[in-house]
Amino acid sequence: MTKFSLAVSAILVGSAAAWSTPMTMKADAGVDSRRNILQKGAAFAAGLAAPAAAGAYAVPDLLYDFDALEPYIDAPTMKIHHDKHHGTYVANINKATEGKDPVPILDLMADALEAGPVRNSGGGHYNHAFFWDEMTPADKAAKTKVSDQLEALINKSFGSMDEMKAQFEARSAPGALFGSGWVWICVNQAGDELKLVGTPNQDNPLMKGVLDEVMFPILGIDVWEHAYYLKYQNRRPEYVSNWWNVVDWDKVSSNCAYVIENHAGVPVRD
Amino acid sequence: RIQKIRTTTKHKQESEKADKIKRSMSGVAKKIINPMSLRAALNLQSSKIPEQLAKSSAAFLSSAPSGGKHTLPDLSYDYAALEPCVSAETMTIHHTKHHNTYVTNLNASLEKLDAAVSAGDVSSIIGLQGALKFNGGGHLNHTLFWENLAPAADSELKDGPLKDAIIAKFGSFDAMKADVSAMSVAVQGSGWGWLGYDSKSKQIVAATCANQDPLQATTGLVPLLGIDVWEHAYYVDYRNVRPDYVKAVWDVINWDVVEKRFIAASQ
Repeated sequence: MTKFSLAVSAILVGSAAAWSTPMTMKADAGVDSRRNILQKGAAFAAGLAAPAAAGAYAVPDLLYDFDALEPYIDAPTMKIHHDKHHGTYVANINKATEGKDPVPILDLMADALEAGPVRNSGGGHYNHAFFWDEMTPADKAAKTKVSDQLEALINKSFGSMDEMKAQFEARSAPGALFGSGWVWICVNQAGDELKLVGTPNQDNPLMKGVLDEVMFPILGIDVWEHAYYLKYQNRRPEYVSNWWNVVDWDKVSSNCAYVIENHAGVPVRD
Repeated sequence: RIQKIRTTTKHKQESEKADKIKRSMSGVAKKIINPMSLRAALNLQSSKIPEQLAKSSAAFLSSAPSGGKHTLPDLSYDYAALEPCVSAETMTIHHTKHHNTYVTNLNASLEKLDAAVSAGDVSSIIGLQGALKFNGGGHLNHTLFWENLAPAADSELKDGPLKDAIIAKFGSFDAMKADVSAMSVAVQGSGWGWLGYDSKSKQIVAATCANQDPLQATTGLVPLLGIDVWEHAYYVDYRNVRPDYVKAVWDVINWDVVEKRFIAASQ
């Protein structure tokens, strides 16, 4: 998967020579711009994950402007959430993985509970990278569709989309997910059902030991206070019910198809 | 006539029996005895418990203070009094929205607990523990928090037993500040930083707790000073920069209150 995406990305950026060295190249001054081009190229290449440059994860650029999710998520929140909060997780995961062979952040998730700071900063990096790309401006979101595959799973697992949303909102409520954490819709290990789960802090269902079994998120919401405080203060339920307006169901559907076909977590731009 | 006398004597005996049983029970046991089981224990044939006994049982049954509800405590200073360290906006939302919600939800949970206890519904009693911890802890913690804050002009650690104990344990006031600050900043997600009193070692200790877990119930330490590091405590004023908030909050600590708590705990 990695070699394939390297080759595809190399073609896209038209500089195969730059990528002919194996993945153990050292970080240098040029790596950020190469990462940027690679990320944009990768984004066009239907969500293939860009392999991390050596020791240098980066916050992926949003696929939309900071104010694009207004009025449901405000621009100041998007900017601080992306630049500062996600930025801090990236700085910390880079520190924690210094000198190690670079791997996509997804690959660090399974054993994150045994890997000290990777749990918090690696989880934070994966979760936020996942989060940005499942959202899109409301006018675009309105035109996205749930695939037949996803619809069938939703109906099987929850009865209906409305019922799934109601349960998701209940699970996200301040009294249900207490403190900081995330709420997810996941495909289960068997690949035949959707599960609604909450995880604390920056844990996610891909991490062994967090839930009864490892599961593969296809949709997730950040309910840390920083995700909504500037606009909603303590009104988390209002934030969650508004959030549906910016969910990209095309992306969620492709997440679903991916995890079922590959029995693995969704790769992210890292 | 003889029958009448027997009935009166029987009632008197039952009443005395009830009083005797009541007196012999521990304070905790009294609170969970409901009218039905009390009657069963006393083998009362009448369906009416003597009035006095019914009244005192009702008082035991209530889980709220004096049979009433918990209330949001007033602050002893204005919302703007802690500026510039903590803004009036933060204080207002924190007090009237966040803390108030804990109080409301605590009262609701206690009502459900009363009903579950009265019904002897152990499963429901257990099911309520999460809500009691969240909301009860939230109410406890924030009440302690408002009390250990004061306008900067009134924030002074005077010479005295608290100062001595801090220096004895940490070496210096600044070292204590550094320890508590580092631990508070390092809390992952939501939680609290604490200065607590360990009655076993008779020392002041730096500690943290997650979410709204109350210090004493969770660790056994007596809370002396609490610092809320949930994002809602600082987001309006400091955004993501928790270290700046923790640094600033030391300027508005009510050391008189912290010392009073220390003196009470260390007796």
